[in-house]
Amino acid sequence: MIEGVLLGLSKWLGATWLSGQLQTISWIIPTLQTIHILCVAILFSSVILVDLRLLGVLQRDAAPGEVAKRFLPVVWPALLVLLATGSFLIVGEPRRTLLNPTFYLKMALLLTAIALTVGLRRSLASAFRSEGSGRRFAVRLAAALSMLAWCGIVIAGRWIAYTGDS
Amino acid sequence: MSFQELIALFEGSGIADRIRENDVLFPLIESIHVLSVALVVGSIVAVDLRLLGLAWATRPASRVARGILPLTWCAFVFAVVSGALLFVSNATKYLANGYFVAKMILIALAGANMVAFHWIGARDQPRWDRADLPPMKARVAGGLSILLWFAVVTCGRWIGFTMKIG
Repeated sequence: MIEGVLLGLSKWLGATWLSGQLQTISWIIPTLQTIHILCVAILFSSVILVDLRLLGVLQRDAAPGEVAKRFLPVVWPALLVLLATGSFLIVGEPRRTLLNPTFYLKMALLLTAIALTVGLRRSLASAFRSEGSGRRFAVRLAAALSMLAWCGIVIAGRWIAYTGDS
Repeated sequence: MSFQELIALFEGSGIADRIRENDVLFPLIESIHVLSVALVVGSIVAVDLRLLGLAWATRPASRVARGILPLTWCAFVFAVVSGALLFVSNATKYLANGYFVAKMILIALAGANMVAFHWIGARDQPRWDRADLPPMKARVAGGLSILLWFAVVTCGRWIGFTMKIG
């Protein structure tokens, strides 16, 4: 049933004026994708730099909380631009995404990654001050999982182009 | 051996064959390419923002760079290897694509900008390392770097729209 709904939604979206514009003006989709990828680059690098600090790989001369404060503020504005460009890409080519299992995998990974990033930020203030090594291990584990989730998002994003309907 | 013969040698190699023929290999290498390019560009932009005096003014520029550039170089190696594999699989088509050629020239320019900064801009860096606003030569290098790398990503995305593979 859900597939029927998604098919109907795709057809309706694809018939809208906006979708028509996005499909006819040939430079719009590549431009949106380029902005999307540039934002991915900024967001992804920021999160990875924080994760690498939590894992003790880079920037060990600064406290983890300080590194997080330096790099995480860009996450929300970048996500907003990604959401906007991503939405336009869906409207432009609805069947390519809405009927594509890889797209839903990407969104599930995105929710996981956001939860991990928010969780890490919350626990950062206390975790490294307290002596508990268990807590510290949990933070490192979350950092490693966060890296994996963000890598998965980027890979799934590229794979949408290969598993789509059209 | 002429350049054409060299390209034909690449393209006729077993590796090139396998990447061309295998349904999974090309997108997989492409995903690694996107991941590593995102890290290269995102991390370089972070260093450039410090050179422009737009971020982390309280942290010396050299320390910002030292904490980030190891990631940049590591990702750069992955980007070059994955990019080379994609290139050999369809070398003739890539060479005939204007955006591919432009991308290579832009990467060379970004490299030249970096070398020029090390020779001219960074020579007296100890004098301005802690300054909120680095001198004009450092700001120019940082600004150029952002523009060039954004253009590299733009050309990269456009290759996918102007070149038919297979």
